[in-house]
Amino acid sequence: MSNDAISARGDLRLTRITKSYGDFTAVDDLTLTIPKGSFFALLGPSGCGKTTTLRMVAGLEEPTVGSIHLGDTDITTTRPYQRPINTVFQNYALFPHLSIFENIAFGLRRRGIKDVKEQVDKVLNLVELPHLAERKPTQLSGGQQQRIALARAIVNRPALLLLDEPLGALDLKLRRQMQIELKWIQREVGLTFVHVTHDQEEAMTMADTIAVMNEGRIEQMGSPADLYDNPETAFVANFLGQSNLIKARIEGTDGDNLVIDIFGQKISMPKKRSHAVDNSMYAGIRPEKFRISLVGTPTRGNTLTGGHIEDVSYIGVSTQYVVAMPWGQELMVFEQNDDGVAPFDKGDEVVISWEPTFTFGLRGDEDVDAGTEVNPEEPAEE
Amino acid sequence: MSQKIKDATIPSIPTKARISRWFGRNMLRIYMLFGFTYLFIPVAYTFVFSFNDSGKSNLIWKGFTLSNWQNPCGAPEVCNALGNSIKIGFLATLFATILGTMIAFAIGRYKFKGRSGSNLLIFLPMATPEIVLGASLLSLFLVFKINPGFWPTVFAHVTFCISFVVVTVKARIASLDPRLEQAAMDLYANEFETFRRVTLPLVAPGIAGAALLAFSLSFDDFIITNFNSGTLITFPKFVYISAARGIPAQANVIGSAMFFLALAIVIAIQLVNRKKAR
Repeated sequence: MSNDAISARGDLRLTRITKSYGDFTAVDDLTLTIPKGSFFALLGPSGCGKTTTLRMVAGLEEPTVGSIHLGDTDITTTRPYQRPINTVFQNYALFPHLSIFENIAFGLRRRGIKDVKEQVDKVLNLVELPHLAERKPTQLSGGQQQRIALARAIVNRPALLLLDEPLGALDLKLRRQMQIELKWIQREVGLTFVHVTHDQEEAMTMADTIAVMNEGRIEQMGSPADLYDNPETAFVANFLGQSNLIKARIEGTDGDNLVIDIFGQKISMPKKRSHAVDNSMYAGIRPEKFRISLVGTPTRGNTLTGGHIEDVSYIGVSTQYVVAMPWGQELMVFEQNDDGVAPFDKGDEVVISWEPTFTFGLRGDEDVDAGTEVNPEEPAEE
Repeated sequence: MSQKIKDATIPSIPTKARISRWFGRNMLRIYMLFGFTYLFIPVAYTFVFSFNDSGKSNLIWKGFTLSNWQNPCGAPEVCNALGNSIKIGFLATLFATILGTMIAFAIGRYKFKGRSGSNLLIFLPMATPEIVLGASLLSLFLVFKINPGFWPTVFAHVTFCISFVVVTVKARIASLDPRLEQAAMDLYANEFETFRRVTLPLVAPGIAGAALLAFSLSFDDFIITNFNSGTLITFPKFVYISAARGIPAQANVIGSAMFFLALAIVIAIQLVNRKKAR
């Protein structure tokens, strides 16, 4: 069985995977299918189990319970070198005693391929570093090492390429550039990429599908737009961007809409965007979806009255307002600076409005602070 | 009056300050000079007296000659003793390095029952006084009816060299990034290939250092050797025995040569490392 694993191709399926270390459960009953050819991101704060999941796919850890299939082949207990899967390690793990050429040729040579020159040269050209073939890894910059680590993996044309925080060690500018390049390379070579990161922007930029992980489980899975527009849990709402979550009650229905009570004021939202299980709910609205108007000026859609501007921060591209509401909550509002001037001042009495279709509804028993306290910049060592 | 005092004292303060500043700046160099002098006077003495036209006893300077260097085996037994020491050193180094490296990997890489116990026990021969180790090894050989001689000496040297090899190699293994081996496995290298292509080349400098250390320990050893070698003469034993009636200048030649050989090896390693780092 293990001998034909090396030629396995197809979707990656994780079925009811659990990984425990003593009393600690790193990954908890995880089921996941990653379609062939996709760019898939596992996103979550450090310690959420994403790296453990990746290591189980690579074969560096064995699941306590559950199975891993690649196409129709069960690879749960297959040794790492018998899987058609390669990894771009965090901090790259280039072999310091070998030249760049030999680093890249390593996988080809181990599979008994004699004439490696053409393939190594081709992949060195792909990452645009053909002139570094004879150097040693320590003579390269961080960005160059990152590309060589990528080249060393993709030269083998694996069924699956795993990327473990691949851009974590690079500075912001280089990271942005590599995000675009990685996406381009993925399309160019047509391999399945599974990318682990704690950086939501990185996941949103590159991945077709994102699975947001928290405490060993998948919170929500979908396209970047789905996750941002219609988060199902407070953790997702807060971890991907910022959200205003307002305590609310479902009063009744009106066609396809729900009628919602927010501290005595009525608003409406599409029924299908609610994930509440009973009458209690948190109504969620992204800060940039709000509009602010002075009391007495006309508004559209849902409105909430009685607020006043508590704080104004001019960011340049936008202005961020903190609006204090009568029930004691402070709401975050981002306004585009279309006319270049911040039109509201601290203390202005304002009305907040938004399109009902931008509202999302969370369960009323959620922890509204979930996902806000984690520091996404913290390096994810698990 | 006060004017006079000022005139007398003011110029002397800068001078004092200048002297103390000079000492402050050069103290480290002065220390270093004394330190190295202290360390190298015996070596220099040995080297200088290797050119002594000494005759029987090499205690008094009698005149310069190159004949000792031209004929290092001139004194009876000296080259036989040297040969024995080199043979014993080579074999002890070989066995101690192989066994010690394997132990270092076992302790450094695997979790097993009695791991911390082994870790402690491996230090024991380093801490045991040589006189005790030598005497107990001898009684052990005698219990098993093995006569002291060449092989018991090799065996004895292996026992104390192993500890040093384990400590040296283990330090190197501890500094090895486990992700490099994982990367090798990820790139289709099985356990053996991973060891051969990645682990071993990266630990090799540590093993080489351990081997050099083992050789010099073995070559140098007198106490344990004296107990277990019987009638076999090694170089340290030769020097010790001849000390009673005068050490021949050839011993100085061999001692100096060993010193310069070791120096050359250290310099060569430094140069190679510096070139690699560049």
